[in-house]
Amino acid sequence: MSNQNGPADSALRASPSGHQTALSDIRMQVMWNRLLSVVEEQAKTLVRTAFSTAAREAGDISAGVFDLQGQMLAQAVTGTPGHVNSMARSVIHFIREFPVETMKPGDHFVTNDPWKGTGHLYDIVVTSPAFHEGKLVALFSCTTHVVDIGGWGQSPDSRQVFHEGLFLPLLPLVRQGVFDESLMKIVRANVREPVQVEGDIHALVACNAIGEARLSEMMKEHGIATLDELGEHIISRSRAGMAAAIAKLPQGSWYNEMRIDGYNDPIDLKAKVTIAGDHVEVDYTGTSPHVSFGINCPICYTEAYTAFGVKCLVAPTIPNNAGTLDAVLVKAPENCIVNAPWPSAVNARSTIGHMLPDVVYGALHQCMPGTVPAEGTSNLWNLKLAAGHGLSEGVGVPFQVTTFHSGGAGARPTKDGLSATPFPSGVRNVPVEITESITPLVIWKKEYRPDSGGPGEHRGGLGQVMEVSHRHGGGFGIHATFERVKFAARGREGGEAGGNGRLSLASGTVLKAKGFQQVPPGDKLVVEMPGGGGYGAASKRDPAKVARDVTLGLVSAEQAKVRYGAE
Amino acid sequence: MSTARLAVDIGGTFTDLVLETPGRTWSTKLLTTPDAPARAVLEGAQQILALAQCPPGDVGLVVHGTTLATNALIERKGAKTALITTEGFRDSVEMAWEHRFEQYDIHMERPEPLVPRNWRLGVPERVAADGEVLLPLDEAALRAIAAKLRAGNVEAVAVCFLHSFTNEVHERRAGEILAEELPGVSVSLSCDVAPEIREYERTSTTIANAYVLPLMGKYLGELADGLKVAGVNAPLLLMMSSGGITTVETAQRYPVRLVESGPAGGAILALGVAAENALDRAVAFDMGGTTAKLTLLDDLTLQRSRQFEVARAYRFIQGSGLPVRIPVIELVEIGAGGGSIARLDALGRIQVGPDSSGSVPGPACYGRGGTEPTVTDADTVLGRLDPSRFAGGSIPLYPERAAKALESINANAQIAAAGVAEIVDETMASAARVHAVENGKDTAERTLIAFGGAAPLHAARLARKLGMKRVVVPVGAGVGSAHGFLRAPIAYEVVRTRHMRVEALDIGMLNTLFTAMRAEAEAVVRLGAPDEVLVEHRTAFMRYRGQGHEIAVALPLRPFVPEDCAGLKALFDAAYAQLFGRTIPRLEVEALTWTLSLATDRPLPAPMASVSPLPAAKPVAFRSLFDPATGVADEAAIYERPSLTPGMAFPGPALVVEDETTTVVPKGFDASINALGQIILEDRA
Repeated sequence: MSNQNGPADSALRASPSGHQTALSDIRMQVMWNRLLSVVEEQAKTLVRTAFSTAAREAGDISAGVFDLQGQMLAQAVTGTPGHVNSMARSVIHFIREFPVETMKPGDHFVTNDPWKGTGHLYDIVVTSPAFHEGKLVALFSCTTHVVDIGGWGQSPDSRQVFHEGLFLPLLPLVRQGVFDESLMKIVRANVREPVQVEGDIHALVACNAIGEARLSEMMKEHGIATLDELGEHIISRSRAGMAAAIAKLPQGSWYNEMRIDGYNDPIDLKAKVTIAGDHVEVDYTGTSPHVSFGINCPICYTEAYTAFGVKCLVAPTIPNNAGTLDAVLVKAPENCIVNAPWPSAVNARSTIGHMLPDVVYGALHQCMPGTVPAEGTSNLWNLKLAAGHGLSEGVGVPFQVTTFHSGGAGARPTKDGLSATPFPSGVRNVPVEITESITPLVIWKKEYRPDSGGPGEHRGGLGQVMEVSHRHGGGFGIHATFERVKFAARGREGGEAGGNGRLSLASGTVLKAKGFQQVPPGDKLVVEMPGGGGYGAASKRDPAKVARDVTLGLVSAEQAKVRYGAE
Repeated sequence: MSTARLAVDIGGTFTDLVLETPGRTWSTKLLTTPDAPARAVLEGAQQILALAQCPPGDVGLVVHGTTLATNALIERKGAKTALITTEGFRDSVEMAWEHRFEQYDIHMERPEPLVPRNWRLGVPERVAADGEVLLPLDEAALRAIAAKLRAGNVEAVAVCFLHSFTNEVHERRAGEILAEELPGVSVSLSCDVAPEIREYERTSTTIANAYVLPLMGKYLGELADGLKVAGVNAPLLLMMSSGGITTVETAQRYPVRLVESGPAGGAILALGVAAENALDRAVAFDMGGTTAKLTLLDDLTLQRSRQFEVARAYRFIQGSGLPVRIPVIELVEIGAGGGSIARLDALGRIQVGPDSSGSVPGPACYGRGGTEPTVTDADTVLGRLDPSRFAGGSIPLYPERAAKALESINANAQIAAAGVAEIVDETMASAARVHAVENGKDTAERTLIAFGGAAPLHAARLARKLGMKRVVVPVGAGVGSAHGFLRAPIAYEVVRTRHMRVEALDIGMLNTLFTAMRAEAEAVVRLGAPDEVLVEHRTAFMRYRGQGHEIAVALPLRPFVPEDCAGLKALFDAAYAQLFGRTIPRLEVEALTWTLSLATDRPLPAPMASVSPLPAAKPVAFRSLFDPATGVADEAAIYERPSLTPGMAFPGPALVVEDETTTVVPKGFDASINALGQIILEDRA
């Protein structure tokens, strides 16, 4: 009965060393998978226990494990690419300030420094040492977008970071299990929802503690005392994988620029993308200077979205770690809007950051034709609505709510763009029934905007229109941080631009796309979200698809005739 | 004499049958016949009745679970369906969560809704969050829509208006008008199918119900007729995803509740096994041909949930399927089964699943045209499977084809097989750990209950990866879900959303609500259990104000009283602390959704007696068994399961062979047989 294994057995005996190498490679793979599962558990713990809608609904968090040099070994895949490289870099800042040899079990360190964390004060980063059998073996780090951080709140209207709320430099938060109560008092005194923010900070600490416990179990199970060998395996395998993927691309430099709305004045985003051997360099020299409002982007956030954009195209399946981090190098002169220095206002830095993959894709399209999507809405069209003293007229209880919504994404080289779907951000929406049950708002319409998808052989994704009023005739206000109102998402290869966005009142007044504005009592807010750009000439679109779009009401008969040449 | 009971479970790869006769239990396994699922059922029924020499007339009950509704949803083979919804919201079901479930894939597609946009029609009407009518239903507009549906030969209609779970008046009226206008067309109202907050999930559930309703009605009718023709005149009951069984009548009205019936049956089996072994902390592990399912069992209670996603089209990723809000047993399901295909990724790492070779062509070793390496191929090459005994010998295995297919992973087929086994086990372990943490639990120190054709092959290794010392392989493990069907209660669950602050509960309204819910549930359960004693459970789904996800809180079984404002808060705090390890002082608590479930009383079995040890069993043969954990091949003793009697014990490495599965006892584990004939594996480490 043992015949079937005979040949394999003799092969093993013939080459015992090859056998061992192959098995040890499998063991490394198993431990790597396990490490990814550890950070996944870490992230789930955070999502389940955090309070802010950004963390819970949108997954605006991250979690990762690092070696003692601060090199990231594994990071959970969460709702935001904004932490892809930024959190990894922040650990280096922590261990410079607090050398690892001084760390003790039960220590946790904190910051929300936009330039050393993940780009704005709302994101609090906690980094913690992890011990196994009494010995320091790794660091865990995690980030979440807290409910509130004081200052101007959700607004892009701040002029300097000082307006934006509480700034926590790199600080000890917990020492050997004991919370710094003075620090927590300062936090509580500076935020609008002290109980929930404190809850969020506790969730961060719990998240790293779970990571430490799970890592220790894994090391015990596999009988390893350090992460040196595994870390080396992960980083070298990933680095080699990235290098191999990049080496396959055409080598050289390509250039692109994109004009976007900005706060008051248009902003030019310019990028030179150089593919050179084992890395891609993105140089934003020439990009507009930083501005006097809260849409500036610290370099760490610029790096995150740039690296994410490149990775989606070049090596989407290689996990993020120190081996992939350096494969995308980002350069930007100081004082430009994508490398805004302290004390620039940075609260709504995603307004700029989310546009960066489109800029890079315009350059990559020239050397990687047929792989790069058209421009999309890119910037999130979240409705940040509020009412209360100083914010609104008329009757009604005060409220603050952020609901996550999106316009259309750009068409892909072989597929239509996704409608009402974010890219590059990965957030989820908030149901209308939930928004209405926690606020006095009524949403009268939430539907695709026909004809807003950029015409093309592959059509851009459609935007959507939402109409919002106050149920009891009260007023409310909106913190607008919208893009693609003046300058639409452009198509590629002859594909046409997506529809522009528009913010207005039902009574007719057109509102600005940025800044706090009021919706008077009795009026209705009308939010028309942009569409994504098309790909390829509209005349080349399969007539059956044009006809289907008309049947489904995504494209009007008139647009089908005028733009697509349908009979 | 109606003394026998028959259970039939149609899975993605296999159709399993179990027949309980007074003297013993019989089982059989056939390949599923996807083109005509009833064929395998009727063939299997004839086979098993012949095997047991049981006249068809002796069958007193047939319990059936099927993936047919699921398959119709996956393969888009349901009825031509229309959606009628609040004007301005016809795209909500397509926008879904406005989400990309796979962050890095720019080519990702969301699942298309079951109803295309031109058959999603808005009607002017509006109910506010508190139930107030802001805009009356435009009946003339609705009749005009009905005329359009008639002209378009629409076969099924789903109606879902905003906030209908709070005030159903518009949906009910729409149902009446559509019944008048469209006789013969089946209409599903969201206030009946899933009266719960969150418009996307509610609409998706209602559409899924409407979409499979005509098909399931027809199938269940045919099956009932087929059984009669075969001489089986027993009542037919259907297994639901909740772990309860129901009548054909209810199943035909709410077929969406049938989607996850197989795994639910497995969980019911595991619950009984946990009771027999007095296990207060266990994990049910069900691994079949296509997927693996893991369920946590604490204090002999199944965790329940109301969230499930069917037809996950993209690597089983959450968000890539169609959400349905139905009562389900909380479990994690991953694309890891015997048929899961293995390959190398860009970094040369082994990836297993989630795609499966299914029953056609099946793993390479089936010799039916499959060329890609699968988990079953790996198990064959490792020496775990007897090529002449697979599925009772009905499917001969070809080890050389398995070895050849595995060469795409590593030139040494045995190393490749070890790698595939290790990675699939690690994948399942990761899923179990993450699932546990999401439920505020841990996997360590539990007992693993393994069933389903592939689970006993992988259970010992999985247990070690999860820090578990003990594995139980029940009798009939290879057809475990079908066994579970015969232990399931007749049950039904009713849900309502009523959003309120817990400190200001509307006691009178809640009592009226629960009285109505009890009556609704009882009407359904009594159809199948006219006289039996019924057990009720009540649950509230609650959260801190400001949070976005609710947790389930068990409620006392009595009318609400004013003291419950404080009492429910305390119950919530306890449940929250259990899940998250802490509570948040000073925050308000709110309740959104309320459920009542009613079931016939099925007392759990008592713990079994211990057995006195018997001399070690005698192996029937030896076979080389490669252990991925050690990288070494050993001679493993082979035992025939039917020959093992309570009290016998033997050390690993060993293999216990039976018709529907094989139990692997790795080196370092001891096996023994308990009083009920279950195999117990203990980790010596």
